Amino acid sequence: MLLAEIVLGDDATTGPAAVASVPMNELAVRDPETTGPTQTVPVLEIDRVSKRYGDVIALRELSFRVRGGELFGFVGSNGAGKTTAMRIVLGVLSADSGQVRWHGAPITFETRRRIGYLPEERGLYPKMRVGEQLTYLAELHGMSVRAARHAAGQWIDRLGLGDRRRDEVQRLSLGNQQRVQLAAALVHDPEVLVLDEPFSGLDPVAVDLMTQVLRESADRGVPVLFSSHQLELVERICDRVGIVADGRMVACGTTAELQTCGTSQLIVDAPGAAPGWADALTDVSVVRVDGSITVLQLGVGADDQAVLRAALATGPVREFHRRRPSLAETFRTVIGEQNR
Amino acid sequence: MTGADISGSRAVFLVARRELRTRVRTRGFVLSTLAMLLAVAGYLGLMTVFTDDDPSTVGLAPQHAALVGPLSAAAAERGERIEIREVTGRDAAQAQLRDSELDAWVTGSPDTLEVLVREDLDTGLRTALVDVAATRVVNAQLARAGLNPQQVQQQAAAAGVQVTSLEPVDPQRGERLVLSFAVSFLLYLALILYGTYVAQGVVEEKSSRVVELLLCTVRPWQLMFGKLIGIGLFGLLQLGLLSGAIAAGASLTGLLTVPALSSLLWMLGWFVLGYFLFAGLLAAAGARVSRQEELQSVINPALTILIVPFVLSVFLLGDDPESTLVTVLSLVPPFSPILMPARIALDVVPLWQIGVSAAVTIVAITAVVATAGRVYAGAVLRTGSRVKLADALRPM
Repeated sequence: MLLAEIVLGDDATTGPAAVASVPMNELAVRDPETTGPTQTVPVLEIDRVSKRYGDVIALRELSFRVRGGELFGFVGSNGAGKTTAMRIVLGVLSADSGQVRWHGAPITFETRRRIGYLPEERGLYPKMRVGEQLTYLAELHGMSVRAARHAAGQWIDRLGLGDRRRDEVQRLSLGNQQRVQLAAALVHDPEVLVLDEPFSGLDPVAVDLMTQVLRESADRGVPVLFSSHQLELVERICDRVGIVADGRMVACGTTAELQTCGTSQLIVDAPGAAPGWADALTDVSVVRVDGSITVLQLGVGADDQAVLRAALATGPVREFHRRRPSLAETFRTVIGEQNR
Repeated sequence: MTGADISGSRAVFLVARRELRTRVRTRGFVLSTLAMLLAVAGYLGLMTVFTDDDPSTVGLAPQHAALVGPLSAAAAERGERIEIREVTGRDAAQAQLRDSELDAWVTGSPDTLEVLVREDLDTGLRTALVDVAATRVVNAQLARAGLNPQQVQQQAAAAGVQVTSLEPVDPQRGERLVLSFAVSFLLYLALILYGTYVAQGVVEEKSSRVVELLLCTVRPWQLMFGKLIGIGLFGLLQLGLLSGAIAAGASLTGLLTVPALSSLLWMLGWFVLGYFLFAGLLAAAGARVSRQEELQSVINPALTILIVPFVLSVFLLGDDPESTLVTVLSLVPPFSPILMPARIALDVVPLWQIGVSAAVTIVAITAVVATAGRVYAGAVLRTGSRVKLADALRPM
């Protein structure tokens, strides 16, 4: 499968030629469904960002965009470059080349302050009280003392930490520390959220709470970019997903779009079929036979209608459907293509 | 949008306020400050006990009422403070001696004085009494020989030796040396202590990874500067309390007759300069490591630099605080922050030297803090093994 085929939507900016054809002002995409013709949805753009550490190339012209109001799941194997990309967005790391833009303008130190960040390596002052810590971080982001205290209190209550407000962070369980960490990302009412593995180490209740909070932020128009290894979760909650491998965005689109580009399988239940009934079909291979059910893998030149006719020729057909691959399967396929 | 832009000074202020607040509120601060104040009070208390100068109370039997004048005079001549009152009757005197209301009871015949004490007769008091008795005998003999005892006494007193000194010794020299040593010792300890706090604070932020979160909203130099100021104020507060206690205690107990307060105020001023010079170095050193366990090895060079001026002040100042070597060294960092205030305590420094030394030190601070800021910014986000200086100065 060709790389170009699986890069979908408006993120087909893998080569210089493709990017050159997209004018700058168009990058603030108009959303015809939710906004009027003059309003634009803000977009966080990562444009051809490259980064190398010595001999190791971490990012190779990585490009993608996250629109306001969108939950964007960032998936990839360990060491694919997710954390590096996020740290570059936050400015704690500088890119060798490429640009990060927000509202169409290159991101600066001042605009970065309006990002809420949850670093992969969690970080809080262990000996500072929960409430004071959040108030301090909010003040550092420019809030007045009163507004900072108010916001800290709100997030503490919202995340179910009401009775731990005066406790030192180090006295909290790891799960609760994670909640404080999320509150630290949200306390200054950020315009953009960048969360590195926010779901790792959370119990199911906390996962639901985290999902809810991220969804609420997106509903307020905030672009939410987060990375995760939990592909089922990403598939369930994300509006769009980007798969990164070896420092490149290898697939990017809605989950539905990604499913169509995974491998295509047909499930056929033909009780009367003899073994080998499908062997003569062009570009079709049998994945497995399970009783009367045959799972077929369709190649590029395969014709599903020819498969149906062949199945009917064997007798009755009880089931005939195309199987949508899960994100995990798509992920394996795409990564497999990469490694080939 | 509530996350408005904040100015650099506001960021520095917020960081400094956090440092000061979290430190002042700890039990460790309260306890260590109380312990320091108790140590000062205890030391001064002990010194007062050992240099006991309570007046001795002497009781005189009624037949010795005439001794009041000569005895007071003899005691005053020796710097002994005594209280004299009349006590009648041996029993009453014994009771008062046992109750320590009386140190000695003088009775007996006018020619042979008898002194009753509880345990032992104070040497000063003994010589005073012997003197009084002797004078009485001499006076009696003079009178018998037809001479006026008072005239003879005055003439004897007028005879003496006149001493002319080529290099007069400051009678307060000893006290000043003690004060000077105290100043350089306190400064040495304080610079090590608060400088180490800075390095530990830097590593704490690095090892807890909170620095990555902070640097998304403040610049590295703001974080470093805020930390320096916050811990510096904390140190100034603690050192100030200690200096106040020393000055107040020394003057209340009369242990120091030289004005200690001005020397201690100069010390506080030089603490600020020395602190920025060394703590800047220590912040940069601390930023190179990610774990407290590795800290000692990177801050040792800076701490070693501190030992030199302290040792020099101990060895050179007692000898000659105005020698060319000492004078020149006290004008330049890294010696000035300890040598200069130690010399000021000896009262041998003209004002212009203080000015030159402070100006040179401030120039050095500017250079050190600027370089330290670059190393800090380059190293503080590189976690893992120790960051080489050359790497810290390269962009990430």
